[in-house]
Amino acid sequence: MSQRTALHEQHLQAGAKMVDFAGWDMPIHYGSQIEEHHQVRQDAGMFDVSHMVILDLQGPQTRDFLRKLLANDVARLKESGKALYSCMLNHQGGIIDDLIVYYLNDTHYRIVVNAGTRDKDIAWMQEQIKGFDTELNERTDLSMIAVQGPKAREKMAGLLSDSEASEALELGVFFGKQIGTLFIARTGYTGEDGFEIMVSNEEAPGLWQKLIDAGVAPTGLGARDTLRLEAGMNLYGSDMDETISPLEAGLNWTIAWEPEDRDFIGRNALDVQRGRDDLRRFVGLVLEGRGVLRGHQKVILPDGSEGEITSGSFSPTLNQAIAMARVPASIGDRVEVEIRGKHLPARRVKMPFVRNGKSLIDK
Amino acid sequence: MSNIPSDLRYTDSHEWIRDNGDGTVTIGITDHAQEQLGDLVFVETPEIGNTVESGDACAVVESVKAASDIYAPVSGEIIETNAELTDSPELVNSDAFGEGWIFQIRMEDEDNLTQLLDAEAYEAVVAEE
Repeated sequence: MSQRTALHEQHLQAGAKMVDFAGWDMPIHYGSQIEEHHQVRQDAGMFDVSHMVILDLQGPQTRDFLRKLLANDVARLKESGKALYSCMLNHQGGIIDDLIVYYLNDTHYRIVVNAGTRDKDIAWMQEQIKGFDTELNERTDLSMIAVQGPKAREKMAGLLSDSEASEALELGVFFGKQIGTLFIARTGYTGEDGFEIMVSNEEAPGLWQKLIDAGVAPTGLGARDTLRLEAGMNLYGSDMDETISPLEAGLNWTIAWEPEDRDFIGRNALDVQRGRDDLRRFVGLVLEGRGVLRGHQKVILPDGSEGEITSGSFSPTLNQAIAMARVPASIGDRVEVEIRGKHLPARRVKMPFVRNGKSLIDK
Repeated sequence: MSNIPSDLRYTDSHEWIRDNGDGTVTIGITDHAQEQLGDLVFVETPEIGNTVESGDACAVVESVKAASDIYAPVSGEIIETNAELTDSPELVNSDAFGEGWIFQIRMEDEDNLTQLLDAEAYEAVVAEE
């Protein structure tokens, strides 16, 4: 049987259509995925993301360990609460997972990894942690609610005491902080402002209900996917996996090459790849006509070379199909996508497609 | 429980068929099917004039989530498609048995119809899912 989050009952009460996601029984939508998508872009919506895995790392050598484990460099985190997005690579430079790491203090970091990769992530970390004086603890006692949208922070702050509310509203982008019983972070996966809130499993249903009462709409994983796609954010397992390096997943910006003597796992492989001129490009596509772009559709370049869509869908904000694709370096502005045997014209665009409710694509 | 009108015929792949009484039928997907698919964003209708065999994949409905084939429930010629769906695929969600119809076929052999499911038999198909 699928695992259930602490909010399972709340989903059923809200009329959710439940599906299996990475072994968890999760809401795909509560009626209309498209309406939920618009609600997040225009107002505020919330997601139960308690299936995601929260790991605390504590001990005097935690920083040294993370500087070896991650392609991005936690030494960049100087202020307590500051977060960093990073890939965790294997020795070949392939992506084991992508994650967020929060610097809480010099001996305590918190990491959030994907649900679908939990077992292999923890096994890999336990293997690499040998010899470091640091301890890994999974926080299964915590649930996580992402409140996202232009009105999300204000609506969440309305539930807190005055002093807690001002602390929460003062959080900078990509900062998290323990505020009262909640760990509140100004992060997300939608391209909108908002919070991701870690809360005890006991308190989670109460907080969910208070957010509903404050006008925050329950939003399913379906809308989460179209929101993150519009925001140009990669999805592990679709846009990258252990055979793909960050250099071919549009994640060059997450690799900390400096200082040169930091020997993170995968560095040697990336150094070799970096010098190659045949690396595939990771690009955004917009379908010119009608239809829907989907993962695994073939992308055909004018020179006849081929790439593949890694994730695609219909964009509710743009009202047309969009996709991420991995393609040969010879890509120009125009390609064709093969959909059910037909070759349909598509345009290469810069990602993100949408940010803070606004289209960034020229029509 | 979704709506299953008793005056229509059905397939186990969730198409509905209305007998227009003049040798033609109108075809769409059932309320149950649209509910399973979620918000529709694109409908690819067949070409008018094409001849199809019963069981041929001849149209596609796409929701945000997935693409799904629509099969010809009877053999014959495609004589009409619902042009409204080009701009308003959501009609299939809001009125699956009415404004959300997808195409019409002039039947090669009206006996084809008798092989389709009636409402009761279709209800059993849905109940088993």
